[in-house]
Amino acid sequence: MHSTANIRWLADISLADRAMVGGKGGSLGELKRADIEVPPGFVITTHGFEHFLAALEEDNSIRSHVEALRDLKEISSFSAHVRARFERTSLPPDVYADIVAAHAELCGSNLNFPLAVRSSATAEDSDNASFAGLQETCLWVKGAEAVLKSVLTCWASLYSAASISYRRERHMPEDGIAIAIVVQKMLDVRSAGVMFTRSPLTGDRSVITVEATWGLGSALVSGEVTPDRFVIAKITGEISVREISDKPIQHVPAQAGGIKLVETPEELRGVPSISDAELKALAEVGRKVERHYGRPQDIEWAIDRSGEILLLQSRPETAWSGKQRSPVAKPVENPLLHVMNIFGGRR
Amino acid sequence: MSTTVNTRCFPLPSSLRVVPGTERAQAAYPYYMQFSKEDDERFWFYNSMHFPEPMSAFDVITAEAAYCALGAANTRVQSLPTTLGIDYRIVNGRIYIGGNAVTDPAEIARRTQEFQQRAFYYYEHWEELFAQWKNKMLGLIRVAEALPKLSLPEFEPLEHVRSGRGIASNHYLLDIYQKTLEGYFRMWHHHFEFLLLGYGAYLTFFDFCKKAFPEISEQTVARMVAGMEAEIFRPDDELRRLAKRAIELGVDDEFREGAAPRDIIHSLERSKPGRKWLEELAASRDPWFNINVGDGFYHYHRSWNDDLSMPFASLPGYIANVKAGERIERPIEKLMAERQQLISAYRELLNSDEERAAYDQMIQLTHRVFPYVEGHKFYCEHWYTNLFFNKIREFGALLAQHGFFPNTEDIFQLTHYEVEAAIIDLMISWSNGSPPRGPARWTAIVNERKAAIAEWAKHETPPALGPVPDVIDDPAIVMLWGITRENLEAWLAAGEKPDSNEIKGFAASSGVVDGVARVVMSVDEIDRLCHGDILVCHVTNPSWAPVFQKIAAAVSDIGGSMSHAAIVAREYGLPAVVGTGTATQKIKDGQRIRVDGGRGVVTIL
Repeated sequence: MHSTANIRWLADISLADRAMVGGKGGSLGELKRADIEVPPGFVITTHGFEHFLAALEEDNSIRSHVEALRDLKEISSFSAHVRARFERTSLPPDVYADIVAAHAELCGSNLNFPLAVRSSATAEDSDNASFAGLQETCLWVKGAEAVLKSVLTCWASLYSAASISYRRERHMPEDGIAIAIVVQKMLDVRSAGVMFTRSPLTGDRSVITVEATWGLGSALVSGEVTPDRFVIAKITGEISVREISDKPIQHVPAQAGGIKLVETPEELRGVPSISDAELKALAEVGRKVERHYGRPQDIEWAIDRSGEILLLQSRPETAWSGKQRSPVAKPVENPLLHVMNIFGGRR
Repeated sequence: MSTTVNTRCFPLPSSLRVVPGTERAQAAYPYYMQFSKEDDERFWFYNSMHFPEPMSAFDVITAEAAYCALGAANTRVQSLPTTLGIDYRIVNGRIYIGGNAVTDPAEIARRTQEFQQRAFYYYEHWEELFAQWKNKMLGLIRVAEALPKLSLPEFEPLEHVRSGRGIASNHYLLDIYQKTLEGYFRMWHHHFEFLLLGYGAYLTFFDFCKKAFPEISEQTVARMVAGMEAEIFRPDDELRRLAKRAIELGVDDEFREGAAPRDIIHSLERSKPGRKWLEELAASRDPWFNINVGDGFYHYHRSWNDDLSMPFASLPGYIANVKAGERIERPIEKLMAERQQLISAYRELLNSDEERAAYDQMIQLTHRVFPYVEGHKFYCEHWYTNLFFNKIREFGALLAQHGFFPNTEDIFQLTHYEVEAAIIDLMISWSNGSPPRGPARWTAIVNERKAAIAEWAKHETPPALGPVPDVIDDPAIVMLWGITRENLEAWLAAGEKPDSNEIKGFAASSGVVDGVARVVMSVDEIDRLCHGDILVCHVTNPSWAPVFQKIAAAVSDIGGSMSHAAIVAREYGLPAVVGTGTATQKIKDGQRIRVDGGRGVVTIL
């Protein structure tokens, strides 16, 4: 596996490469470096994107246009225009060749191995802006041609009306905005979900909260299923909360590509979608990631049918980390005064 | 001041009826324990943690002595700022208690000043005062042990005449009885000398942890605090040691399931290694078998020393464990290392060095005070209480011998005032040669009271009485009984939705287990527990520890995360839910239930 200007394999990436591989790509590479299992894959770098954009823009700069857009109407019509142009333009030959070669290398003997093609914007997952869900993700993509098509779709999503609006509202300079694409093997997912290495409810850093459901995690993220919910103490591994919900449906890969919604078999609806042993192993992975980054993380994970745990994404937790909290207690000259919290009555 | 009328209310005391036919037994309790009309204004709860069964006329002395001492410590000695002592009442043999909160801010401030001079002195000198305490307790135990045997000979022994003692044997009956009572009341003052301060320091740390880590489990905090070498663990440790010694000496085959202790001992006496083992047993028994098969609050909670069947019943299990290669000693060093690791790991997670410094201050104090919290019970509730009831039993035997009632144990159906009256009756009779009056009087009363207790045991009693207070801010009530506003709401809700198949309590030890419920209402029924059963009980205590090797999970009506059931369940790694309030009432013996110790929920399947 060798990386090129257009292609970087996950194993060759660290967080410092974010300008080239985007937030998601950088995060996945960093996880891999930290010895965390992630689905195998590569990133089509921003260099590839710039190369494509340069060919496209020979006569007409897209970026300066975007900065001049004033309202949603203008944004919408410009967005439609750009996307049409993206679809008409063919890839520069070296980009095309690099992607096809990397695809072949990733898939090995089965060139139709299903893949996930995900956007990874350079400003994505930064500390103060989540960009959550703004860029395209294509799942269950089979074959090199389909991958190339998905790459274009993802690139174009950088100029979707929603993405442009998001950036304009925040007055983000367009020059810094680029997009990389992560291409990874799809997993044969049995269960999936999210994990927070601090409590989303209370901000408690001593617990890990896991939400899990049968099938792909998209059912959970989209809110179509109420997930099983667990709280695990980081230090002791004790599972202190175990809420098993009814999971009538699940997301599974569709034969023709994409995702479909199916009913969960009756006998699985009310049972935990993750075993205690898996939960503990998952929590260990969460701790490892948190230690690696030195701060609490929001993580997307999956367990495949062989029981292997893989992470799909990890990003710094932003909701609680930004909050200022006054100390629970301060040391006092006479330590005995602490007991007045109990004996002194309500305050 | 808030003037909102609280409409949430448990039944009023005045609405509780004495069970028909038991009125005279109820009237036997002293006047100051009877409910009156004014008591309707106050909130009371049934102290089923300490007194889970109807109490006989004599046994209420424990409530009396304990609340005298608890109240004195809170109100007069340490001057707790926000609370005075505990009031108690008895109806249908059930003891209800109520706190006496201080709410006037000026009074709280005045009491705070006193508290800081008094309690802080104790904290500052904890180790030396506690060392002194142990000596005082041992001294008290020696005094109780040294009380003479009762004797009422036909003629005063000649040596008493020759030595010019001048005082006849009948007088010593009264003297010994009063000293017995006096010692018991005194012991309870020792019991409460440190207790609230110890719990308070623990709760201070607990409160900090709950604020810093809102989702930390109570059991985790408990594990950071628990000492490992408290005397209360010793009896069970001694059993494990004896099991191991039996194997080493090659006499383990003698310990068969179901064999009577007397037969086993008889057989051991016939061999040299057997006699060696019996020597070791004797060493363990004094003092470690002075442990009651209850909390020591009922005369019939006999000690292991008085009834070897309980410790002997668990020896075959321990022997089998040793033979299976299990290490059965409690791994104290490992437990201590784990505790330290837990403390450091949570410390790391704190937000700032400032918080870490406060945390260090609190855990240090907690570790200093906790040996008392864990250790006092062996001396007070077990060793001393056992001596006390056995001394009263001697009076029972003497009175039975003189025809006051048929059996030794009948004495516990009399109040301690009535026992004194009966003793004086006997003293007079012995002195003047007339028959005592008691035999014509007491047998009928004893029978009537026994029948009343049997009747009361059949009736459920409300968990609480009177209006629900807006806040429960009484540290004594919160610490000792784990009563919080949330508990009360749950109890009220349980009363309103009797059909719910879920029972909530404290999550005491995590894990989920399904199994057959064995509702054990008293220690006499412990042997009904089979391997894999789920123990459902009012409350457990240290002498029950050996049953934990059999059961799959434990559920109790009363208790918090530091209660005995919780501590032992964690040690054995069994799921436990404690403080459910109603588990023994709602779960029927033999039902299948699921215990989720992590969530604190019991489900009837």
